[in-house]
Amino acid sequence: MTNKKDKSLLDKTGLEKTDVNRTLGEMLRSQGVSRRSFLKYCAATASMMAMSPAMIPKIAHALESARRPSVIWLSFQECTGCTESLTRAHTATIESLIFDAISLDYHHTLQAAAGHAAEEAREAAMKENFGKYLLVVDGSIPMDNPGYSTIAGISNYDMLMETAKGAAAIIAVGTCATYGGLPHANPNPTGAVSVGDLIKDKPIINVPGCPPIPVVITGVLTHFLTFGTIPELDHIGRPKVFYGQSIHDRCYRRPFYDKGLFAETFDDEGAKKGWCLYKLGCKGPTTYNACATTKWNDGTGWPIEAGHPCLGCSEPDFWDGGGFYKSISMPTENITQTAIYTAAAAAAAGVVLGTMNKSKKNSAVAAHNKTSIDDLEK
Amino acid sequence: MSDAAIPVTGAIKFNIQIGDELTHNVKPLLHEIKHALDNLIETGKSTIIDLRSIPLAPGEEEKILNTLGRGEVQAQLNALGLSDVSETQYAGVWIVTHYNDEQHVISRFIEVTTMPEILCSQTEDVMKSYSRLTLDLGDNLET
Repeated sequence: MTNKKDKSLLDKTGLEKTDVNRTLGEMLRSQGVSRRSFLKYCAATASMMAMSPAMIPKIAHALESARRPSVIWLSFQECTGCTESLTRAHTATIESLIFDAISLDYHHTLQAAAGHAAEEAREAAMKENFGKYLLVVDGSIPMDNPGYSTIAGISNYDMLMETAKGAAAIIAVGTCATYGGLPHANPNPTGAVSVGDLIKDKPIINVPGCPPIPVVITGVLTHFLTFGTIPELDHIGRPKVFYGQSIHDRCYRRPFYDKGLFAETFDDEGAKKGWCLYKLGCKGPTTYNACATTKWNDGTGWPIEAGHPCLGCSEPDFWDGGGFYKSISMPTENITQTAIYTAAAAAAAGVVLGTMNKSKKNSAVAAHNKTSIDDLEK
Repeated sequence: MSDAAIPVTGAIKFNIQIGDELTHNVKPLLHEIKHALDNLIETGKSTIIDLRSIPLAPGEEEKILNTLGRGEVQAQLNALGLSDVSETQYAGVWIVTHYNDEQHVISRFIEVTTMPEILCSQTEDVMKSYSRLTLDLGDNLET
């Protein structure tokens, strides 16, 4: 069958190129993936990366000539929710292409190898691809006692510092790796810190969320594959393409907020009519993420569409905001009156209340209001 | 405001009551399509609108699709999962919906063009099919 293969799949000596030497385009063609299928993949990619559809041909060209980068994925103090999110991405076919496009050389949840064999795979990938591999990290790093979290007897700190040395770039996945997350919550018993707290000499892309939206994870990987660069980041290291706008600004319930129509409890008339969840603790005004447009669960919906306020899980210290259902989002001012006033200047309303919210959040953090069961039942 | 419950897509139905124009994005989008059609007529330039990039309340996407309706052409592709390509009742306005293997929508575009690119045979595929047919006929590939 070799003589039927595309000539581009052969190297100078006429032998088939190995996977490592092939471009993504060559590899897909060898697997029988048509150019039309590839275009469909690129269209879905442009959509998930919130890029203009005009970028589809450019993505196609760049991805076709991209070579498979080695990826090492390290998991530290985490719940595996980020990996669960990625592997349950609803665009299964697309994600499988992403995995074809990368060489995932180490991921202790997904790899078949265990123990010494697994660590040897990591060391081999680091040696062979020094300076070129992508390092993905989920979970925070305990700095109090290294024994709180070790892999193969190696402390999380040592493994991170050793593996980061040869990385071309680091993608911190999930709020634990990006900002410390749940382990970092007051009183931070393990001394948890983020990747960015420890690594200062490598480009770091923060992809926060608890967990992050699956296509945001793959979107960042695809961006790196497509352009060979890291995407434009905001002031806390997040790709602007996914985290550039607040949940509040993209929320379909925003018109109710502008009209001063709020649900006061989870089962009142306002809740049934789908009114704004601001008074129920929604952190949408101070949270930047792509949930409102990308959505979750096969694009079925997202927390606010299901009637639950945004928890703000892609923001630093969201666990210490004083309670998910009150406190930082429960201003002492008459919110309805405030919203009516600001409705006259709707464009500025988010900024005004966002500022109010941030002020409340700072107070709550200072006071460290713990959320009790009673709070949750209110 | 209408009190009628509008179900969202998917198996679970939430009892969300919404107004007819919750986000106010339906009409502007339809006007954008009109301008794109004008541009197609005047310059021949195609426009692609990504429906996933626009905040829409439950039911609003369906409202847009219902307004555009169905036209003369419906095509189905089988390329990494199915894709539906259909011309709307407004010639030159197409709806392109891509599904994954599990029949979930992964992207949906409104294309204002005479023919969506994904329907055209791609040069690389044509070249490959020439090689295959040549080999299948036992001819010399170089001739």
